[in-house]
Amino acid sequence: MELLGIPAKALFGQLLLGLINGSFYAVLSLGLAVIFGLLNIINFSHGALYMVGAFGALLGLNYLGMNYWVALVLVPLAVGLLGILIERTMLKHLYKLDHLYGLLLTFGLALIAEGVFRYYFGVSGESYPAPEALQGGVDLGFMYLPLYRGWVVVASLLVCGATWYLIERTSLGATLRAATERPELVQALGINVPLMVTLTYGGGVALAAFAGVLAAPVLQVNPVMGSNLIIVVFAVVVIGGMGSIAGSIVTGLGLGVVEGLTKVVYPEASAVVIFVIMIVVLLFRPAGLFGKQA
Amino acid sequence: MKLKTIALAATLVATGAAQAQLSDNIVRVGVLTDLSGAYSDIAGKGTVVATQMAIADFIAKEKPAFKVEMVSADHQNKGDVAANKAREWFEREKVDVVSELVTTSVALAVQKIAKEKNKIALISGAASTRITNEDCNDVTVHWTYDTYSVANGTAKAVTKAGGKKWFFLTADYAFGHSLEKDASEVIKANGGEVLGAVRHPFPGSDFSSFLLKAQSSGAQIIGLANAGADTINSIKQAAEFGVTPKQQLAGLLMFVSDVHSLGLKTTQGMYLTEGFYWNLNEETRAWSKRFFEQQKRMPTMVQAGQYSSVMHYLKAVKAIGSDDTQKVMAQMKKTPVNDFFAKNGSIRADGRMVHDMYLLQVKKPAESTTPWDYYNVVATIPAADAFQPLSGSKCALVKQ
Repeated sequence: MELLGIPAKALFGQLLLGLINGSFYAVLSLGLAVIFGLLNIINFSHGALYMVGAFGALLGLNYLGMNYWVALVLVPLAVGLLGILIERTMLKHLYKLDHLYGLLLTFGLALIAEGVFRYYFGVSGESYPAPEALQGGVDLGFMYLPLYRGWVVVASLLVCGATWYLIERTSLGATLRAATERPELVQALGINVPLMVTLTYGGGVALAAFAGVLAAPVLQVNPVMGSNLIIVVFAVVVIGGMGSIAGSIVTGLGLGVVEGLTKVVYPEASAVVIFVIMIVVLLFRPAGLFGKQA
Repeated sequence: MKLKTIALAATLVATGAAQAQLSDNIVRVGVLTDLSGAYSDIAGKGTVVATQMAIADFIAKEKPAFKVEMVSADHQNKGDVAANKAREWFEREKVDVVSELVTTSVALAVQKIAKEKNKIALISGAASTRITNEDCNDVTVHWTYDTYSVANGTAKAVTKAGGKKWFFLTADYAFGHSLEKDASEVIKANGGEVLGAVRHPFPGSDFSSFLLKAQSSGAQIIGLANAGADTINSIKQAAEFGVTPKQQLAGLLMFVSDVHSLGLKTTQGMYLTEGFYWNLNEETRAWSKRFFEQQKRMPTMVQAGQYSSVMHYLKAVKAIGSDDTQKVMAQMKKTPVNDFFAKNGSIRADGRMVHDMYLLQVKKPAESTTPWDYYNVVATIPAADAFQPLSGSKCALVKQ
């Protein structure tokens, strides 16, 4: 049976792969959307912090004997703390200024992080093995699915779901959203707004590091893994709508599938298709597919 | 008025006469390489170190009457960035030779500018055979390897060993296409067939969907017509998706730094062809240990080739006492190359430096006794057989 001139078996395999990549984009763009939606910071260091997360897992394994499962919890916490440090010392001075200053600062931090890691590790990077329990795979008939990739989808969707629930359905999330829209009012009610902002940034950064640890067994852990991905992730967030949490999750998944389809039909364009979609979306819905019109 | 004109003309003639010697008595070598991207481990800072070693050794041993300086820059694998830098070097900084030039698109762009400015281009890292065929010119030397010589060695060995059905995973730019084409010709000439190819954007990161296509093609051998970080990720993900060991991978362009990055467990048994291996003999070991002291990594063939090409250039300049491009090129082509890097080496009319190549197989983890001890030498491919014969050349400089 053939669809679009491609055997169905191959098509389903590619769609599944697209879904896997999409769930990855979803976790990354979620962190970015959280930081932008709630804090109005264009966090260009997101890719670098994702890379730091991956390296955290690698170094933890090599020097502390930390296994994957421990790393999955500890590394995001550690990098989140780093994020809090960045926010407290540098970013908080920029809130009253134009968006561009935050962009420039975080971009600069990304370049520094990348440069330091590149100096010590070179660009080829190092291998990080998947945990024993997730090695091997299962033959689904239309393709062989590595267990680890299946886990990536599950973990990503769980984390995305949990984050969305936290922000949209709990009182903590409501307070957070209120604090960003009307900080003075919320502060007047006795809530420590600056602390909420700091913790939110740390949380967004922790999400990026989580994605990094998830990625480490799949891609080579190298210093440029973040910069290769960050532009795509920004495109995802822009298409989904900069302020929308749910939007970035759905868009991430959807675009992963679209990219997967492109790889089957016309692989040479697979690096570009997301940006083409971004241009089209911006022309017709400048606030993004799920964004609120400003 | 007339006196002024004569005086001016006289000054111009006088300056013209001075050209016969070295321009301002300094030879400037430019190293234009990828310092931060996909090829920076294959070439990169190591080539800068190799050039510095070559210059220091040249001055210490040959005690030339002229000074030698080096400038280096990062071309970021972008042809336009490289072209601008080369132009700036030639026009404003009086650089005499631009070297290294890993990444085919960069090499092709800079080759043209070198010809335009009548300066020399010494190419170590770039791969495509176009450099000495369609795009050849008389100021370019292609030193270390090319897509023909690596494809010829590996594809021939694998096809003859029984791998008859091939599928290609190709980097979608000039280099990838060139490697795929050269390998396909060798495969067909040895009784194999090419079932298809999939082209991935360069640089790539996730190859899962392309590998899936390769898996469903039914090929025995998946030829990786890419390099550097792309090859590393392709190999890793092929293992992840169960593509290997059912199908075999052939890394058509692999370097010792790739094997180091992936580890012997993943790469054992793979065939590859290189122009240099640090552990070949006492001479290569001695030089490589010196390199290791500075770079903390064993040299790749690109880095060793960079040292060799710069040294050959500097010796040529000293021999004729001039850095005039055409004269130095003639001297370089006249002089055979016999150093730790190349045995039976010589530069042909098309700019190709031919030398012995080595067919290697990656050792099993148990066979490796010291760090970086990765290869068994399966065969030495003599210079006359390793490279594309001149009879098949598309270069205008080659008299047919």
